[in-house]
Amino acid sequence: MSLEVLKRGLLATVQDLGRKGYGKYGISSSGAMDSYACSLANWLAGNDGGEALLEITWSGFSIRFLRDTLASITGADLAPESSGISVPMWRPVIFRKGSELTFKRPVSGCRSYVAVLGGIDVPEVMGSRSTYMRAGIGGLKGRALQSGDVLQVKHTAFETRCMWSSVWNAEYPFQSVDWSASPRYTYGHPHQIVRVTRGREYGDFSSLAQERLFQDEYIVKPESDRMGYRLKGPQLQLVTPREYVSEGVAVGTVQVPADGQPIILMADRQTLGGYPKIAQVASVDLSRVAQLPPGGSIRFHEISQSESEGLYFEQARKMKLMKSMIDYRLREGFHAAAGFEL
Amino acid sequence: MKQLIIDAMGDSALLIQFGENIDESTNSLVQAAAFRLEQHPFPGFQECVPSFTTLTVYYDPLHLNQPADGGTAFEFVRTIVAGLLQNMETVPATERETIEIPVCYGGEYGPDLAYVAEANGLDEEDVIKIHTGQDLLVYALGFAPGFPYLGGIPESIAAPRKTTPRLRIPAGSIGIAGTQTGIYPLETPGGWQIIGRTPLALFRPDQDPPVLLKSGQWIRFKAVSFSEYTRLAGGRK
Repeated sequence: MSLEVLKRGLLATVQDLGRKGYGKYGISSSGAMDSYACSLANWLAGNDGGEALLEITWSGFSIRFLRDTLASITGADLAPESSGISVPMWRPVIFRKGSELTFKRPVSGCRSYVAVLGGIDVPEVMGSRSTYMRAGIGGLKGRALQSGDVLQVKHTAFETRCMWSSVWNAEYPFQSVDWSASPRYTYGHPHQIVRVTRGREYGDFSSLAQERLFQDEYIVKPESDRMGYRLKGPQLQLVTPREYVSEGVAVGTVQVPADGQPIILMADRQTLGGYPKIAQVASVDLSRVAQLPPGGSIRFHEISQSESEGLYFEQARKMKLMKSMIDYRLREGFHAAAGFEL
Repeated sequence: MKQLIIDAMGDSALLIQFGENIDESTNSLVQAAAFRLEQHPFPGFQECVPSFTTLTVYYDPLHLNQPADGGTAFEFVRTIVAGLLQNMETVPATERETIEIPVCYGGEYGPDLAYVAEANGLDEEDVIKIHTGQDLLVYALGFAPGFPYLGGIPESIAAPRKTTPRLRIPAGSIGIAGTQTGIYPLETPGGWQIIGRTPLALFRPDQDPPVLLKSGQWIRFKAVSFSEYTRLAGGRK
């Protein structure tokens, strides 16, 4: 026994980097909406990037650690607290056995990630531990977490207690370090510029629609969820409305139904889409979308194919560097524990 | 083969179009191409998703082993894919694989059978005869895990969607909407006219593959009695 859910909050699920290879069967990838924050959380908790962790949406979620646990919190700032003390994010944190972690209120962003050393131990379904609620698979019994759920944590050789016993301060419910892996942009800024390439049917839209897409602001509607971000703004109309044949779509595909209001497809999207695709979000900007709260806004900025790919390569390079620095710090930190502070 | 249209879908996917119209010959090219790519995955290939007239290919641009010659990753993958598919044997002359789908029509399992019959001026028996009267191609799986997009059924048993969708349609339900027919793999809300139910599980996440049907296969509905349904279902409803 390792973690107990005390309060379910709005929505919390177990996720990893998603289920690959089953799209042809109509099974969406699912996985963390913000894969950047997911990878960072895992690295900071001493894992590889793809371990299962908690994705916490909005506020009200609360857990208790049933043993000393090395963890980390990344993604949205949902005011994480333990015994009334604010818990620092984007860094390794050791929670004492019995301590609680509560997400009090949304400060910025929408989805927070909690990784624990070893990863959440739920069964793999089709190669992934991600919860896909619509099909009732993955995660804990294929559903959102509820009060009273107990989650197991995978055993690792990395012994938390030994490493930290020398610096343990009994007065505090948790202990952290004086460094962090700060995010590459301001998380949860409610107004984002999202870079896109043109979609396959971009040319089918009126010149007015093409202009509006890149000039006007689109507001995130409250019915946005893990399947898609529904936007509200100037209508995007086709030159000649017609039926389109459904085709395989991707995370970040911006499709436009007949009402002219775009939808950005996200992790739990359907695998095939039958609406015209006006744009495709650059992979590196999917995290920005995933952190937008209802009422937030998007301005689309057009980039070229090679720019979109270049951003992807650039981010991969930076993340690789980040990973090696975190690994180094984790190893060094545990040996020079005297340098740690709360 | 005709000239393929290959379009980028952002930085990590592309889409290949094999034709304009929904027909069996175009779809067989899609299925053959999917098979070919899965048999000969290029470095960085993740998966491909067949649909009616197109195949979407997903890849990780980081793992393409692309020489630094200045071209985009998309252009690089497009060349690989076009090459693989140029040498593709045209439609593999495989024998048609037809899967029989037992259906208990009408009654509790098919509450709208009477409506579909009446709307078309037929007896319920006629509707069943026509619905079981031809092989249907599984063009693609999508919408929900294991949901088959099937070839059309005759106009003579077509029926409009319900004006108010039902909140709960049990898994295995067979529906009609216009000239489309389908099988609900999961219990979901839905607006199709429900004419029967199959005891087969279309989505079975604990098995490999996790779905009963695959795109490119053919199915044929077969009417079974309530007791036969119960036997096949092994006690499940």
